[in-house]
Amino acid sequence: MVDISLIAMATGFVLILIGLYGALTNGNLLRMIVAFTVADAGVNLVLVSVGYMRGRTAPILDSAVPAAEAVARIIDPVPQALVLTAIVIGLGVTALMLAYAYRLYEAKGTLDIAKFSELKW
Amino acid sequence: MIKRVIALTLLAGLGLLFLGLLLDYRPDTDLNLSARYYAERTAPDLGAANIVTAIVVTYRGLDTLGEVTVLFLSATIVGLVLALGRRRGQAPAGLAPVGELLTTGSRMLTPLILLLGAYVFVNGHLTPGGGFQGGAILASGILLLLLADPLRHFSHGLISAVESLAGVFYVAIGLAGLVWAGGFLDNRILPLGDLGALFSAGAIPVIYSLIGLKVGAEFASMLASLAETEEL
Amino acid sequence: MILTAMTLFLCAAMIGAALFAVLGRSLPIAILAAGLVSLVASILFLVMAAPDVAMTEAAIGSGLTTFLFFFVLGRVRRGEND
Repeated sequence: MVDISLIAMATGFVLILIGLYGALTNGNLLRMIVAFTVADAGVNLVLVSVGYMRGRTAPILDSAVPAAEAVARIIDPVPQALVLTAIVIGLGVTALMLAYAYRLYEAKGTLDIAKFSELKW
Repeated sequence: MIKRVIALTLLAGLGLLFLGLLLDYRPDTDLNLSARYYAERTAPDLGAANIVTAIVVTYRGLDTLGEVTVLFLSATIVGLVLALGRRRGQAPAGLAPVGELLTTGSRMLTPLILLLGAYVFVNGHLTPGGGFQGGAILASGILLLLLADPLRHFSHGLISAVESLAGVFYVAIGLAGLVWAGGFLDNRILPLGDLGALFSAGAIPVIYSLIGLKVGAEFASMLASLAETEEL
Repeated sequence: MILTAMTLFLCAAMIGAALFAVLGRSLPIAILAAGLVSLVASILFLVMAAPDVAMTEAAIGSGLTTFLFFFVLGRVRRGEND
């Protein structure tokens, strides 16, 4: 039987590829940003699946997981803490991209990236 | 067409790389050294039941301080970029009325949403959740208000006051840890209490509440900046 | 066993929604599909014993991000089909 962390990791990689494909082939700024958020979800999925171990539980101590048994019962908490950070920063980055996309639209009246040719060489 | 071919070639290379990683991956059967340290030492040293919270707030507290700073910067830049060249004095375009249901619903739900957000970050050291989740919930309460009345003006002064005060207290608590406990952002400046009680884990609930307020204010300022472009 | 089946189902749903988000014709539906990817990802995080991450992804990834997109989309009505 395949471990579920392997399935999730494969899905994460596929999501990264789908997102990058969308960002590379679409001409519309908003569509590129949507594709980036899909790739973002994929990266987070890969990171969380690295920390998963079969048959173990979440890293929270309570009556079900006493502190003394924690080492044998919980999964790796470090990737989770990292992904927590990554998701929050991801929203900051997305908001920044959207604000710039809006400003570019205001300047040119279009979202087509091919029309922004000032810096092209 | 040639662009698509180049993109697909690049992605195929990346995909091969990922495939290699995937085929080589063997899930761990035991915790690695740092995870084992966190699992063993969190309860006796810090008194926090949620180990992820302990890592985010205390073990890696400096990273979190940097993270909220990055978030603050991006909220500021969003505000700056959107405020550039804003034309004033134009009457807003004719907006459809939002309807009785949304207005009444938002009036009833907003206090409950804010309460839920506060609950989530106050209990961050015991249950899943914490400052970031609670802050996002607070911001979604603000979002509901914006949806019910798109032309509502949020006081940017109030938002930035909450944001800066939370930031100042966050750093002040970190410095207090330097003086009265083991180091910057050490949570043992307050008593550790019993594992699992609301008032436990030293300064972790206080710090996470401040993070919650700060993150909530930052998200709210991003949303308000974007919503105010309506009047252009 | 049931976890594996559920994971497979969720992963298939995510890939389907991601393809829709990237290749779909209509931009509003693409944004909603990207939000759906995040939402299903948060369920998957819960299955993988990461409740903290699941909450964050549900509140931020699928909630606030989608709304930010719609705020901007409402302002750039004409550029939608570029």
